[in-house]
Amino acid sequence: MSDNQADTVPRCLFDNAEKIGGAPAFGEKHLGIWQIYSWHDTAAEVRALACGLAALGLERGDMVAIIGDNRPHLYWVFFASQSLGAVPVPMYQNGVAAEFEYVLNHAAVRFAVVEDQEQTDKLLEIKDQCPSLERIIYHNPRGMRSYEQSFVHSYTDIQAKGREYDVQHPDYFEHELAVGKADDVVGIFYTSGTTGTPKGVQLTSKNLLSSARDFNGQEGLNQRDRQVNYAPMAWIGDHLFMCSSLSAGSCTNCPESPETLLVDVKEIGPTMFFAAPAIWEGLLTTITIRMEDASRLKRWLFQYFLAVARRVGVDLLDGRSVGLANRLRYWLGELVIYGPLKNNLGLTHTRLAVTGGAPLGEDTFTFYRSIGINLKQLYAQTECSAYATLHRNGDARQDTVGPPCANCEIKIAEGGEILVKSPGNFAGYFKNPEATRETMTDDGWLRTGDAGIMTDDGHLKVVDRAQDVGALNDGTLFAPQYIENKLKFFPNIREAVAHGNERDHVTVFINIDLEAVGNFAERIGLGYSGYTDLSQREEVYDLIRQNIEEVNQDLSRDSSLSSSQIQRFLILHKELDADDGELTRTRKIRRSTIADRYGELIEALYSDKQDIAVEASVTLEDGRRNTFNANLRIQDVATVAVGES
Amino acid sequence: MNVSDPILELENISLSFGAVHALADVSFSIYPGEVLAIIGPNGAGKTTMLNVINGVYHPSEGKINYKGQVRTRMRPHQTAVQGIARTFQNVALFKGMNTVDNIMTGRNLKMHTNILLQALYWGPAQREEAVHREAVEKVIDFLEIEGVRKTVVGRLPFGLQKRVELGRALAAEPEILLLDEPMAGMNLEEKEDMCRFVLDVNEEFGTTIVLIEHDMSVVMDISDRVVVLDYGRKISEGTPDEVRGDQRVIDAYLGVAH
Repeated sequence: MSDNQADTVPRCLFDNAEKIGGAPAFGEKHLGIWQIYSWHDTAAEVRALACGLAALGLERGDMVAIIGDNRPHLYWVFFASQSLGAVPVPMYQNGVAAEFEYVLNHAAVRFAVVEDQEQTDKLLEIKDQCPSLERIIYHNPRGMRSYEQSFVHSYTDIQAKGREYDVQHPDYFEHELAVGKADDVVGIFYTSGTTGTPKGVQLTSKNLLSSARDFNGQEGLNQRDRQVNYAPMAWIGDHLFMCSSLSAGSCTNCPESPETLLVDVKEIGPTMFFAAPAIWEGLLTTITIRMEDASRLKRWLFQYFLAVARRVGVDLLDGRSVGLANRLRYWLGELVIYGPLKNNLGLTHTRLAVTGGAPLGEDTFTFYRSIGINLKQLYAQTECSAYATLHRNGDARQDTVGPPCANCEIKIAEGGEILVKSPGNFAGYFKNPEATRETMTDDGWLRTGDAGIMTDDGHLKVVDRAQDVGALNDGTLFAPQYIENKLKFFPNIREAVAHGNERDHVTVFINIDLEAVGNFAERIGLGYSGYTDLSQREEVYDLIRQNIEEVNQDLSRDSSLSSSQIQRFLILHKELDADDGELTRTRKIRRSTIADRYGELIEALYSDKQDIAVEASVTLEDGRRNTFNANLRIQDVATVAVGES
Repeated sequence: MNVSDPILELENISLSFGAVHALADVSFSIYPGEVLAIIGPNGAGKTTMLNVINGVYHPSEGKINYKGQVRTRMRPHQTAVQGIARTFQNVALFKGMNTVDNIMTGRNLKMHTNILLQALYWGPAQREEAVHREAVEKVIDFLEIEGVRKTVVGRLPFGLQKRVELGRALAAEPEILLLDEPMAGMNLEEKEDMCRFVLDVNEEFGTTIVLIEHDMSVVMDISDRVVVLDYGRKISEGTPDEVRGDQRVIDAYLGVAH
């Protein structure tokens, strides 16, 4: 860990520039070659940008929207704004214009710094409805030549102006940087939430830095570490890792484009890598598919050594004792299978692999740990600066999210709700004291809204969103997310929505995974014209039904969940999509929207119909809507009687 | 835009294959920096016209002025040297090579070291390769195909192959870019992407663009001027709005009672 003890986020950056100025701070691929910015370079760029924003009229307390993919230049906007006491408000770059409108107006954003033409166009579309928005600054000049609006500026122009301003006002920047306090809000993160309108979570330097330092402390991160940040900048998790890098002095690398992530990871070889469950699962699916195409000898070696790894790999990683013969076998496996595989994924040097945001399947979790990748789960919320629990080295399990972090207390309230008290607990929702009061108890506990239990050995186990937990008509517990997650662990199932609250039994909607099911279709020679067509094929229903039956087997083993076995299902004709408001931008299900929109389908699941006609509408990326008709099958699933298995 | 001198003038071009008059007495001019669409029903002579412009065919009658000089009989690679690049109706890439290598072939005319040095990858050849690779990377960045940089193009979806082909043409840094049905066989989203790239090329590099296209909404959206061919003759020329209202064009597309 570096000895950076600055008490505000921007001072942390300038501290690094002074103490470890030559060390790499940011990496980005430009024209196919990785370009590195040192802490010294970064500080100079941030200073120029900050002065440029000041020259344009940005003042302490103003809001600055940040929209775009992960780019060093956009991370710098955070620091530049914070240096002047302005507040960065990052937004999800794939959001549609109407979503931006709400946040821009609610936060009264004055300046927006965006990546490119696409984001500029979205802002121009709604500018008339956003009276507070004064300036739009774009980074990538591509296609921007003909934009003549006086309020649209290029990032480099602003920096050039900033350098002049800095010369004319030599004391300005240092003064502003020194004025900042640890309790100043340095970021508002809007959480889409599965219900209602977005709420702006205000976080202070103290919040973010304490979370980041506790994280660095636990994991021993330092300036030799490097990470690849691909998760949306508007998501608090990404910002935790940014702040962690800032206080540890490690290097943050940005993928060239969202499509090149895996290649970029391979080239960078991160020592710390956070990836959402979908990425880990996608990687494993790719490995499995590739191995199926490999030669017989390779396939045999892979299977053999994977079995060895399953037996002893996790024990070795966790430092438990393993017999000599197995140690030798594992060592050989490392030589011929695990080592080359990790090298191919770019994870050879990965000391710490983190996942979070959603649960990860048992098989996936064990696979990575067994081949020696130290994958751990992290649990937190935006409201506690993204850091509440994290597995410790040598004590990681798939079914928990680990013990509470240093300086963080967790208790379970009477209704089963998880409560968190930590220095990362937020400074309230922006302009929404009522919601703040509902979320924070008087004695400083944060209500997470998640239901969970503490295991005997002190690990937290998250069951479901507290508000979603209901009951079947026979009075037994119904935890939809628990069921959905079990379904989603199958590669064929991309998304699932379980119904059952105040019903006699459980039914589900399924979204197939186009890649996995498409691959299946190719193998059995099944032709199809597109997503909707594929989803309604008999063969696909058979495939999915087998998956669901396995889940039923699993559920039947637990007496309290046995009545939650799935009795009927249908496969939706379209993917649930955040653009349609069916998911949040972090891919959480919006149950009320789905209940409204697909009410008829739910009723059909609880009737004896074998199919149902739907007229569906999808929202295209530019906001237009398309409608089409489809006929959906409904099928029954075999369940297991209690005591049978 | 029409105030400047034409970059290329076609005067009374006729071309016959045996008894078939593919082009008959066609004249029009191409102005620097414009997007010109050539449209017409099937068999109207559009692709033939493109082939005349880039020197594959030699008109049996008529004159071509390129940058103020009358063009004599010349080979297609000479027109390429002069700054005219094209893409094809059916993608014509090296399917077994990856994206970078395919686009690199577009730089071929700009390379000066000989094949021996290139094979040894030594000295000047190495330096030259770096320069050209940078140019290729700029094209890749421009067309947003970083994700398929090292993918063999035969495995890419059709829409992306078209984009790679556009990339190869751009790598030659042409003054005139000829696009033969750049949106054919694409879905709506791919078409919109391609439209944006065509307009961006025109705007960023000032490249003059001549394109053949069947999708009328695309033509009307992105072209500055339109030339309409029917049975090898030019039947109309003007802005998209003028052409749309022209009775001869309507007749050609909808048919007319004889």
